[in-house]
Amino acid sequence: MVIDQQKMQSLSDRLVTDEVRGRSPWADARRRFWRNRAAMLGLTILVLVVLFALLGGQFAQWSGEELDFSVMGQVAQMGQPSIANGHYFGTDNLGRDLYARVVQGTQISLMVGIVGAGIAVIVGTLYGATAGYVGGRTDQIMMRAVDILMSIPYMFVLILLLVMFGRSMSMLFLGIGLISWLDMSRIVRGQTLSLKNREFIEAARATGVSSFRIIIRHIVPNLLGVVAVYATLLVPLMILTESFISFLGLGVQEPLTSWGALISEGAGTMNYGTLWQLAFPLFFFVITLFGFFFVGDGLRDALDPKER
Amino acid sequence: MTPLLDVRDLRVTFPIRPEGAMPWAKPLPLQAVAGVDFTLNPGETLGVVGESGCGKSTLARALIGLVPAAGQARWSDGQDLLALSARQMMKYRQDIQMVFQDPLASLNPRMTVGQIIAEPLTTHRPDLSRAEVKERARAMMDKVGLLPNQINRYPHEFSGGQCQRIGIARALIVEPKLIICDEPVSALDVSIQAQVINLLIRLQRDLGLSLVFIAHDLSVVKHISDRIMVLYLGKVMEIASSDDLYAAPQHPYTQALLSAVPVPDPTVETAKTIVPLAGDLPSPLNPPSGCVFRTRCPRAQARCAAEVPVLQGMDHQTACHFPGPLTEAEIAHARRREAA
Amino acid sequence: MALLTLTDLSVRFATNDAEVRAVTDVNLTVNAGDTLGIVGESGSGKSQLSFAIMGLLARNGRASGSVMFDGQQILNAPVKVLNRIRAEQIAMIFQDPMTSLNPYMRVADQMAEVLTLHKGMGKREAVAESVRMLDAVKIPDAKSRIRLYPHEFSGGMRQRVMIAMALLCRPKLLIADEPTTALDVTVQAQIMALLSDLQRDFGMAMILITHDLGVVAGSCERVAVMYGGRIRETGPVRPIFAEATHPYTQGLLDAIPRVDQEDEELRAIPGQPPNMSNPPPGCAFQPRCPYAREGCDSIDPPLEIFAPDRARACHAPVAEVLARRTTRHPDTDQPAAHPAAHPGAVADSAIPRGAVAGAGAAGTPTEGQP
Repeated sequence: MVIDQQKMQSLSDRLVTDEVRGRSPWADARRRFWRNRAAMLGLTILVLVVLFALLGGQFAQWSGEELDFSVMGQVAQMGQPSIANGHYFGTDNLGRDLYARVVQGTQISLMVGIVGAGIAVIVGTLYGATAGYVGGRTDQIMMRAVDILMSIPYMFVLILLLVMFGRSMSMLFLGIGLISWLDMSRIVRGQTLSLKNREFIEAARATGVSSFRIIIRHIVPNLLGVVAVYATLLVPLMILTESFISFLGLGVQEPLTSWGALISEGAGTMNYGTLWQLAFPLFFFVITLFGFFFVGDGLRDALDPKER
Repeated sequence: MTPLLDVRDLRVTFPIRPEGAMPWAKPLPLQAVAGVDFTLNPGETLGVVGESGCGKSTLARALIGLVPAAGQARWSDGQDLLALSARQMMKYRQDIQMVFQDPLASLNPRMTVGQIIAEPLTTHRPDLSRAEVKERARAMMDKVGLLPNQINRYPHEFSGGQCQRIGIARALIVEPKLIICDEPVSALDVSIQAQVINLLIRLQRDLGLSLVFIAHDLSVVKHISDRIMVLYLGKVMEIASSDDLYAAPQHPYTQALLSAVPVPDPTVETAKTIVPLAGDLPSPLNPPSGCVFRTRCPRAQARCAAEVPVLQGMDHQTACHFPGPLTEAEIAHARRREAA
Repeated sequence: MALLTLTDLSVRFATNDAEVRAVTDVNLTVNAGDTLGIVGESGSGKSQLSFAIMGLLARNGRASGSVMFDGQQILNAPVKVLNRIRAEQIAMIFQDPMTSLNPYMRVADQMAEVLTLHKGMGKREAVAESVRMLDAVKIPDAKSRIRLYPHEFSGGMRQRVMIAMALLCRPKLLIADEPTTALDVTVQAQIMALLSDLQRDFGMAMILITHDLGVVAGSCERVAVMYGGRIRETGPVRPIFAEATHPYTQGLLDAIPRVDQEDEELRAIPGQPPNMSNPPPGCAFQPRCPYAREGCDSIDPPLEIFAPDRARACHAPVAEVLARRTTRHPDTDQPAAHPAAHPGAVADSAIPRGAVAGAGAAGTPTEGQP
């Protein structure tokens, strides 16, 4: 009996000293996300596409810039996709290996999408959170600036930039980065305004926590859900924007290429019986967009279970 | 005895832009708190009651500096808190803490309980080591009846009553002299409510705290307070010791309020007379002249519209031209007015 | 004859994590013209009980047992039957009037619509009847106010509009789910007085669901106290308040501060309400009960009649509870002894969020539910 009591005592002591690990809201969301089949499918697609972009080049028999003179001139007859001659996806109209070019296009399109969304996330979140939290005149000025930037037709500005300063990758990133954060900052500001009056923010203000710390420690972590969801939707948007510009012929410059440029070329030669030139880049483009949308949807459900 | 806090003519005005007005038009002033005077002694609990829209929550936020206010609020060292800049106020923030209404909403869902409780400490005492901060947070959890081993859990893993304990622990960790409780139990179930009230009373006794306890539930306020202040439309109607106020309310509004509180006893409840209040609460944008309560008062007369009543009396103060218990005839008159 | 008879009514919710037993084996009768108060804290199942009667459970909810209304089985009845009964025989009012009023429709149109649909009245006649009903709930100047939109009314007036709308078809039973919880005390007193006047004038029965024992004391004839999805004690209102025979009822009455009495320290009920997706074995109140004894943690006591018209579900003898011979003395301001000792006890809300999805209007001040 005595031993038993001692055992009980030590057990209850341990209960008090052993710290219980909490289940954070992030862990909950992760669990819900893993259980979402569509999101997992989307994620798998995205992982495969990224692997293709990173490692696809290893398997290419040709470089993307080499011309295959045996095919040139008779692409429709000789340039079909074939394992035998190493053109897995066939060749483009000039006899360049389409497989290698799709790998390169994937790299560039993903990069544009991720860099664009990255700029949007960092700049947009901080800008929007600051405007929303500080409020008053600062908010007015900051948001009117966003309104003004938004009122300029961005495609026009982008085209103008590319025409005036020459078509280059950095100019493209700059142009896309310039416009991508505007929507994000608006969304973040709206969220911040509703967070700002929550009692836990008031509690932090009442104890004298500085504004900067409130934004970093209390506001931004609670915004991340919305930001993450919007960012996954923004990546395909950026890819689309780049594709459109490349489709117009103003985007990336030869010999570099992107999905948009490839699709544009493929679409131009559709009528000559070289449909694969359109089909392969388009396939990657479409599944990637679907992947991002599924993941975005899954994230939204995982982070905001009340909405269902 | 020097009071811990001496508030004189505290006013909070919000600028309200009327619907459809031009953006440059001058906003209308809405007086949420319209000149409140009271003193609070060390170790004392002041209850603040009133219905929604009476300015009690705004008063709390003004005292702690969350909304700008005019007037004076002298701390025991003679310093006027309302005259301080944000930087100068930091020194006093340690002494005044707040407990909020919604237990879950007042805790950041992305922070662990330990981080939440320690936040005031890390803000005011950056000199403390991490281990020291954690040790104090654990000690505080123990004090408010939470298991210290739960320090790494997140707020959503606790029930409402436990969340309110976390809120109380956060308020206590910097050893304040005054805690402002804004409806701390109104979101809790009856059985949990009693736990939290008992906890507050015990902590107050042990630590010699002063409390400003705001609530709309008059029975809870009566239980916890030494003195009680009744607010209506941003003004003090009556202020008296808890026993006096409930035994002999002088202001007609206090009497109406008290008569409406349901009592969990069928015999009492079915026998009592309720003083009805005519009409709705007037808009604070356009308060009645004279006494703000006159539009709904069973005893209102011409003088009430002309003259603003001031708080009168020594310990039991009433802002009414005609204080005293309502008569049967007056209640009957009020009932007829309500029916009309 | 009984107007409403519930027999072994149970409500289960299937959630992602577990099955939630919101209501278990409830037996109740309400006679025509009666007022029954159902008292319980959040998560006690009192609101879900009323939703089950009305056939308004959230999609993941299943009700079993029987609900006889006026001799007709209405539990899980076809929607067509339910719709007729819901509008014309049983009406319900909620804590937040805005949930049952369409903010984009004038009150006149909303009220008239009910009458044209169910009574086949003409528009003009329906509006005239609606004005009469607004007069009945003492809305001053009803004739012109009926042209307003719901948001143009104050909180108390809005509640009156909702009551008027519920009464349009002269129902035989009114279910009021926390009708005054969001209101100030003075307004609450007015609404409760109004409800009891209307009940007398219209001769209808009323089920009043609330967490406030004071409200029940003033307006009900019979009370049923719910805890953990079951009825723990039921009987006429006076004896229950005078000598509560169930430890939970007794604890609840002890825990309320009163304006009309000098009370020393409040005797709080220790611990937290049970998590109904993982309820304690045996009696749900056992972990918090000062009269707990052997068997309480394994056998859930059934509701048994112990005196004329009174029933309780408890293993402790009536005499012991009345004499307050407790078996343990918990701290009054401490939570349960050591909640972490059993992992399920550190529970968040008693009913997971999914379970109350359809119950937007339901509920007391929500304990632990954002």
